[in-house]
Amino acid sequence: MEKGVYSIFLDEERCTGCTNCIKRCPTEAIRVRDGKAKIFADRCIDCGECVRICPNHAPIPQSDAREKTGQFRHTIALPDPALFGQFKTKPSPRQILAAVAALGFDSVYEVAWAADAVSIAIREFIQEHKGEGPWISSSCPVAIRLVQVRFPSLTEQILPLLSPVEVAAKLAKEEFSRQLGIPPQEFGCFYLTPCPAQVTAIRSPYHLEHSYVDGALAISGLYCELREKISRTPEQNEPVKATAPGLTWGRVGGQTRAVQSENYLAIDGINNLLQVFEEIELGKFNTNIDFLECQCCQGGCVGGTFTVENPFVARVTLRRMASQLRPKLELEEEQEVLEYYRKGYYRAEKDVEPYSIMCLDKDIAKAIYMVEQSEKILKQLPGLDCGSCGCPTCRTLAEDIVCGIATETDCVFKLRERVQSLAEQMLALALKVPPVTVVQRQIMKTQREVLELAKRLPPVLAKPNQEKEGK
Amino acid sequence: MSLEFTVEGKNFLAAGEASSRLKHTLQHIGFPAPLIRRVAVAAYEAEMNMIIHADRGALKAEITPKTVTIWAEDEGPGIPNIELAMQEGYSTAPDYIREMGFGAGMGLPNIKKCTDIFEINTTIGVGTKLKMVIFNKQDPGSL
Repeated sequence: MEKGVYSIFLDEERCTGCTNCIKRCPTEAIRVRDGKAKIFADRCIDCGECVRICPNHAPIPQSDAREKTGQFRHTIALPDPALFGQFKTKPSPRQILAAVAALGFDSVYEVAWAADAVSIAIREFIQEHKGEGPWISSSCPVAIRLVQVRFPSLTEQILPLLSPVEVAAKLAKEEFSRQLGIPPQEFGCFYLTPCPAQVTAIRSPYHLEHSYVDGALAISGLYCELREKISRTPEQNEPVKATAPGLTWGRVGGQTRAVQSENYLAIDGINNLLQVFEEIELGKFNTNIDFLECQCCQGGCVGGTFTVENPFVARVTLRRMASQLRPKLELEEEQEVLEYYRKGYYRAEKDVEPYSIMCLDKDIAKAIYMVEQSEKILKQLPGLDCGSCGCPTCRTLAEDIVCGIATETDCVFKLRERVQSLAEQMLALALKVPPVTVVQRQIMKTQREVLELAKRLPPVLAKPNQEKEGK
Repeated sequence: MSLEFTVEGKNFLAAGEASSRLKHTLQHIGFPAPLIRRVAVAAYEAEMNMIIHADRGALKAEITPKTVTIWAEDEGPGIPNIELAMQEGYSTAPDYIREMGFGAGMGLPNIKKCTDIFEINTTIGVGTKLKMVIFNKQDPGSL
């Protein structure tokens, strides 16, 4: 994955600099400067937490423009399984697929079916590599990037298998090319995605040199039109190609169910992922877990920032819809998938590389010095993590100071200390009455009051300063 | 640079905090990922040993570009038989600790695997001192 490619942009006009986002960001990628949030491109992992928390909707996740489909001779839509959770009224899975085609695509290929195939590949891979786990599922691009930037030593435990959407695009191009006699490069595969991180993963893939997918369109952007198309699509009850487990990939627990893993953890929500990765890196789960289903969004992909329906409702809808599908693949289909697996069809073309965004300097000796300095600065800061300085925590402010992108007086409490000491000095000077003048009592009183005010401390941090004075 | 964290015996709520902090510091410095993993695992096992067995202790670290040295020093019962304790699967942890998923008897053997130099000094009824050294093999100066 290329550094600095991301899909969340900030609308400066909407941003009020309120600091809600900086605290929520799991990679400390946002600072508030000059009253506006700034995203550090190389730290952003597209998790969408800022999109969810911002009261002004300033961070805007981007997907490709619909016009991009015009560049291709034959367009194929790849609807994510999570799409099926978005419509709780009536439509059958087949009807939804028909409505997707009616949006203007030449063909539709089910990502849920690719998920069926990937599930078998994962199951096989884990059996072949028993005891080397825990293997981290490779379908959630945010989980992958979280590992890359915050848990670099775990990158080798990411499953070296393609995600369902890449497999879907690969299969779709091959199959339609055979059927229609059009060369694969003239097909345009467009992913109907629940998540902006997938947009980035297509532009800058982590397992491939070039993505098989040609563009990603936000489900939320197509939602109204899709609803309308569904209402005009006659009821269709013929089965779809995917199975129930393939379709439930869109919600947490779905992958695990499809993979039929016995020793697994299914984790959703970025804070839960952080906690579990932390414990794995310390060596806690190493011996007894084979498979980690990792979903950055609460509830799984149905909770993605490009979804419309409430994720809890969507989970139930998806489960109901899955119950209309066949429970598993036919034996022949499974054999075919296994054959493809043995040929390496689902294998990643390259390893996920760790990349360190957390380190302060490339030169280790210098970095040690800088970390030491930042520890010293941290001890001087109030430790409130209030965010008024524009950094998410006092620790990040200390690091930013050492890196030269912030100053100590960015801290309102440090600034107040400085103002106080300046005020004291000024008063001391002001109190010096010229020998020829008579001291006016009223002036002295006012000056003392001002001094008292300057000395008054914010209620949240009275004590440390008094101690300092005592020294 | 040096770091020091105190560890409280039997306090499982804080389990892993010291090693976590140490790990984050090493990440900020930019040590290679495999070294960080080895330090993290060794520090975590040592920290857990102190939490499980000792009354109180401290995890200290000295960090240079070429080496990371960790000391885990505790006041506690000491290790009666180091040779046995170094065997994989041997544990004196009580049942309730095992039920929590700890005490598999892999602590000290794991530390040995992860470290380049590993020393134990223990006095029965007084406490145990571990010294763990991990070399940064990617630093050209250390070769």
